[in-house]
Amino acid sequence: MKAVITGLRRVVALVGLPIVLLLVWWFASADSHTAAMPPLKRILKVFPDTWFGERLTDDVLPSLIRLTEGYCAALVIGIVAGVAIGSSRTVRAFVEPVLEFLRAIPPPALVPILFLIAGIGDTTKILVIIAGCVWPILLNTVEGVRGVDPVLVDTCLTYRVSGLLRLRTFVLRSASPQIMTGARQALSVGIILMVISELKASTDGLGYTFEQFQTRFQYPQMWSGVLVLGLIGVVLSLLFRFVESRVLAWHRGQRAAERTSL
Amino acid sequence: MLKVQSLRKVYDGHGRQVEALRDITFSVNPGEFVCVVGPSGCGKTTLLRLLGGLIAPTSGTVMVEGRPVSGPPDGLAIVFQEYGRSLMPWLRVRENVELPLKAKRVPRAERAALVHESLAAVGLADAATAYPWQLSGGMQQRVAIARAIAFQPRVLLMDEPFAAVDAQTRADLEDLVRSVWQRFGMTMLFVTHDIDESVYLAERVVILSSSPTIVLEDLAIDLPAQRDQLETRSSARFVELRHHVYEQVQKAKNRSAVTPVV
Ligand SMILES: Nc1ncnc2c1ncn2[C@@H]1O[C@H](COP(=O)(O)OP(=O)(O)OP(=O)(O)O)[C@@H](O)[C@H]1O
Ligand SMILES: [Mg+2]
Repeated sequence: MKAVITGLRRVVALVGLPIVLLLVWWFASADSHTAAMPPLKRILKVFPDTWFGERLTDDVLPSLIRLTEGYCAALVIGIVAGVAIGSSRTVRAFVEPVLEFLRAIPPPALVPILFLIAGIGDTTKILVIIAGCVWPILLNTVEGVRGVDPVLVDTCLTYRVSGLLRLRTFVLRSASPQIMTGARQALSVGIILMVISELKASTDGLGYTFEQFQTRFQYPQMWSGVLVLGLIGVVLSLLFRFVESRVLAWHRGQRAAERTSL
Repeated sequence: MLKVQSLRKVYDGHGRQVEALRDITFSVNPGEFVCVVGPSGCGKTTLLRLLGGLIAPTSGTVMVEGRPVSGPPDGLAIVFQEYGRSLMPWLRVRENVELPLKAKRVPRAERAALVHESLAAVGLADAATAYPWQLSGGMQQRVAIARAIAFQPRVLLMDEPFAAVDAQTRADLEDLVRSVWQRFGMTMLFVTHDIDESVYLAERVVILSSSPTIVLEDLAIDLPAQRDQLETRSSARFVELRHHVYEQVQKAKNRSAVTPVV
């Protein structure tokens, strides 16, 4: 019985506010005659036809594939570079000013330049996503690697734990809470850039679809696209939370143990 | 086995010089159990880190097994003062103990046997699958000791391992360390600020002064090899020896009080 109640409470906590917001939207927009702000009822009505056809495979899927590719590449680059920079003070001293410079450039500003260099294909879009996602991952990894416990550094030295074993069981694990923080920030950056990279000179994708709806004054469809984006965000963040709960189970446990002992 | 000659260590950093050790000379024979006793902050940890090849001396020599130390020597293990922090919180107890063996490329089956044997030796066979943060301080300390035993070191250095546990646990751990030493026959250097503990455990006690640190006395402990918390500690010889050590430390304190520190 108690399990049922806590289960119910969790469901309510999860969907309660979204339902309230949707209801507010529904009633507030019910009598709307502004073309750009159609009633929610109309938005929901066009939703299935707009998204459950070819658009799913021709626009949503390509977008998600580019996001995945860009995000994964950013993860690899960010973690590898972050470990290299975080492990060596010399490297850090050399690289830090350049990093500050590069980080200050907003990735959307790179879009026109990348078009010129890499053409208007998928490569450019993926590069834009990488250019945005890599920074939170890189900088957090550097922090995490710098913050390794000196006692554990001595432990590894004493017990000859070195090379790949040290990287795998010590450095990456120790930095994993920060790496996950960076990865979470990068995920939301990635979704934004996925759309932005498709707004110009594009032939498919969510951003492209948005642009189409806008130029054709299909406002209900446009709004339904906003819902799609929101849903993608929710699903990806749930997925992320699942992975994180696996990777950082020890971290949560340790923190809980510290709290109770204080 | 261990040999330290005119050892001096000055920390130099942030515009401040700290002379942690002034002039230390002593040696430890193979298979011997030696305690180094000295007041808080006299440089005991510094001495162990020098012996473990984790830092370099300012002057003087450190020899382990006849070779000058220039990095962590083979076959030497350390149980660190911050034992809790020396265990990796993302690894289970078993994996923590196993890690140095993996680094040594010990075959899997042998690894499992060593881990099991050493955990059993410290009475933690049941805790193998726990995470370190799920254990009490005294248990964590025993895990650190088990890890050192499993490594099968020829030289084992211990840094005030029992400073942070209650009196009863401490007595148990003292007997554990004695029995481990008798069973595995390694050369043992045990650092403590506790005079009673040093006399109870060792065959020889090296008494350090407070800073600027020198060796005050190298004292043989002629107590029977079989020691017992009640019997040994109440024996006339024990009381005599501890009285003597206490007097030395006290004398040194008064002397350093009149000679100004440079
Ligand atoms: N990395 C360091 N940099 C600068 N000074 C240091 C460093 N490590 C230790 N010291 C200084 O050297 C002196 C000896 O320190 P050490 O930790 O060796 O003493 P200890 O005998 O182990 O003390 P305790 O009993 O508190 O563990 C102290 O004055 C300390 O402040
Ligand atoms: Mg110390």
